[in-house]
Amino acid sequence: MNWVAWKMLTGDRAKYLGTVFGVAFGVLLISQQTSIFVALMRRTAHTAIDVRDASVWVMDPHQQNADEIKPLSESELNRVRGVPGVAWGVRYFKSLARAKIETGDFRQVILIGLDDHTMVGAPVKMVEGSLANLRRPDAIIVDKAGYEYLWGQEPIRLGRTLEMNDRRAVLVGICDVTAPFQTFPVVYSRYSQAVQFVAAERKVMSFVLAKPQPELAPETLARRIEAQTGLMAKTRTEFLWFIVGYYLRSTGIPINFGITIALGFIVGTAIAGQTFYLFTLENLKQFGALKAMGVSNRRLTGMVLLQASVVGLIGYGLGMGMTAAFFESTSTVTALAGFYLPWQVAVLAAVAVALIIVLASLLSLRKVLVLEPAVVFRG
Amino acid sequence: MTATLHEKFESGPQTRETAIVCRGISKEFGKGETRVRALQEIDVEIFASELTLLVGPSGCGKTTLISIIAGLLNPTAGDIELFGLSQAQLRGEKLVQFRAESVGFVFQQYNLLPSLTAVENVAVPLLIQGMARPEALNAARVALDAVDLHAAVRQFPNQLSGGQQQRVAIARALVHQPRLLVCDEPTAALDAKSGQVVMDLLKRVAVQPGRAVIVVTHDDRVFGYGDRMIAMADGRVVSVSDESPPRRSGEN
Ligand SMILES: Nc1ncnc2c1ncn2[C@@H]1O[C@H](COP(=O)(O)OP(=O)(O)O)[C@@H](O)[C@H]1O
Ligand SMILES: [Mg+2]
Repeated sequence: MNWVAWKMLTGDRAKYLGTVFGVAFGVLLISQQTSIFVALMRRTAHTAIDVRDASVWVMDPHQQNADEIKPLSESELNRVRGVPGVAWGVRYFKSLARAKIETGDFRQVILIGLDDHTMVGAPVKMVEGSLANLRRPDAIIVDKAGYEYLWGQEPIRLGRTLEMNDRRAVLVGICDVTAPFQTFPVVYSRYSQAVQFVAAERKVMSFVLAKPQPELAPETLARRIEAQTGLMAKTRTEFLWFIVGYYLRSTGIPINFGITIALGFIVGTAIAGQTFYLFTLENLKQFGALKAMGVSNRRLTGMVLLQASVVGLIGYGLGMGMTAAFFESTSTVTALAGFYLPWQVAVLAAVAVALIIVLASLLSLRKVLVLEPAVVFRG
Repeated sequence: MTATLHEKFESGPQTRETAIVCRGISKEFGKGETRVRALQEIDVEIFASELTLLVGPSGCGKTTLISIIAGLLNPTAGDIELFGLSQAQLRGEKLVQFRAESVGFVFQQYNLLPSLTAVENVAVPLLIQGMARPEALNAARVALDAVDLHAAVRQFPNQLSGGQQQRVAIARALVHQPRLLVCDEPTAALDAKSGQVVMDLLKRVAVQPGRAVIVVTHDDRVFGYGDRMIAMADGRVVSVSDESPPRRSGEN
């Protein structure tokens, strides 16, 4: 009888395709929007994500995110280093700066200063040039997307210069890092130099990056640093969620995306549910005939569920395919760098489809189950 | 030609095997103001190996009665016995299974599945019983041969004429060798010629030893095909004749 169910479903091409596309469209909306949402949230946390060699971040206790920074004083670095269990602790500088290129055009950039000796927090992936060159005088490394923001589509050329705070900076490398939430170039330099690329302030150290001794968990160390110094300390993961949490709470992003994702779900359910419901209604006489001919309600339920699952599976495949194709086709667009389809989103969309399918079949099943088999004799 | 009751009794009344017994069957639809008494105390017997015509004006309760006989509807009052099985023995799953195994249906509107070919449609009752598809399709081909539709095996219902569709429906109703065949106005949607072909098939192919065939009709052109005729009016049986009126000339 499953075969009969399959035939009934695919025999009506228009309805079948309509239902499949309803699901596919819902899946597309849900998975694409969720992916972009996740990617945007990742971008807000680019600071935490791109530092891989330190496991504890120490910052001012009143800090709320990684973009508005209240600097620490030099003495606080020593206090952190003095906490038992700290293997090492180094300076990390992060600030906005204004960069002027050769033509006089300028852009706001995210300026990062790495500890002069250890280079902790340096970009992991270089596209052009080498990290070691950052030790040269006035050297800076710019991220790939940033190079485009600064110099457009011009081919990458190391050695070109820009000016920050009236000081010359020389490009020695191009790196690949997580795109920041604000589409600004990310500029890396040594700490001692970075502080000169911005207007002088009394306190400049944005963060202390620390690493626990081998047998000590980062969480333990973070709590210990907090207790002992009164500063705020977070593990890499804690810091990531701290930043994401801030953006979730204080921006309209989650609401906007929430609405689109909910719309995807509703529209998907409506189209798929409606067409599937209509499909069942139009086949009600056939279901009635089958019922008269001795098909039990349990088997009819199985048939309807099978029909719905087929529609769901194919719709899901199509929808995910469209989302994947979207991200594939935009993978070279700089502004959309880092937008991809995480597997968690694929799972979420699958759950959504399952819900859509269950709703659609429940709606139709009610009609089929209460159907009096005697209706087959009525015109 | 149709054997009359007289002839049958002459050849031996013991050959007449009771298939269905209705005792005091009543059926009401709705309640209060809108209550309809569709059947009132029907006492009737249906015999196996015969074609029984159930006739009467529209709305007299024919469909309701065969629905009850075929196990699609429960009577409000009365008892029904199907091939020696009482109502109590045919409940729920048992009744569903009884319909699947022992009843064949032919409807006025054919009710073929539009996305299945003729042979696939005919195979459905066997599939319902769990037969494997290749065997079911083979048996269905044989059944289609029996209704002279060999050529239509791969056609879809909408590619067939009404008469052909009804013949497919008859093949479907017989493919699993049911003990009871119920047909509700099988010729009502057909022209005279196709109607005769259908009735002829029912008479020739459907009636088999041990099988009861009931045909509901208010089409007097087909009265001649019955071995027996039960006439109803207003929810009651008004006459039972074992001798069908002769077919009017020029119709055969
Ligand atoms: N499901 C139902 N609900 C209410 N009334 C019904 C229903 N089925 C049949 N009836 C009524 O019962 C009577 C007998 O109907 P039916 O058995 O269909 O007659 P026939 O088949 O002889 O035309 C009619 O008055 C009809 O309106
Ligand atoms: Mg009727």
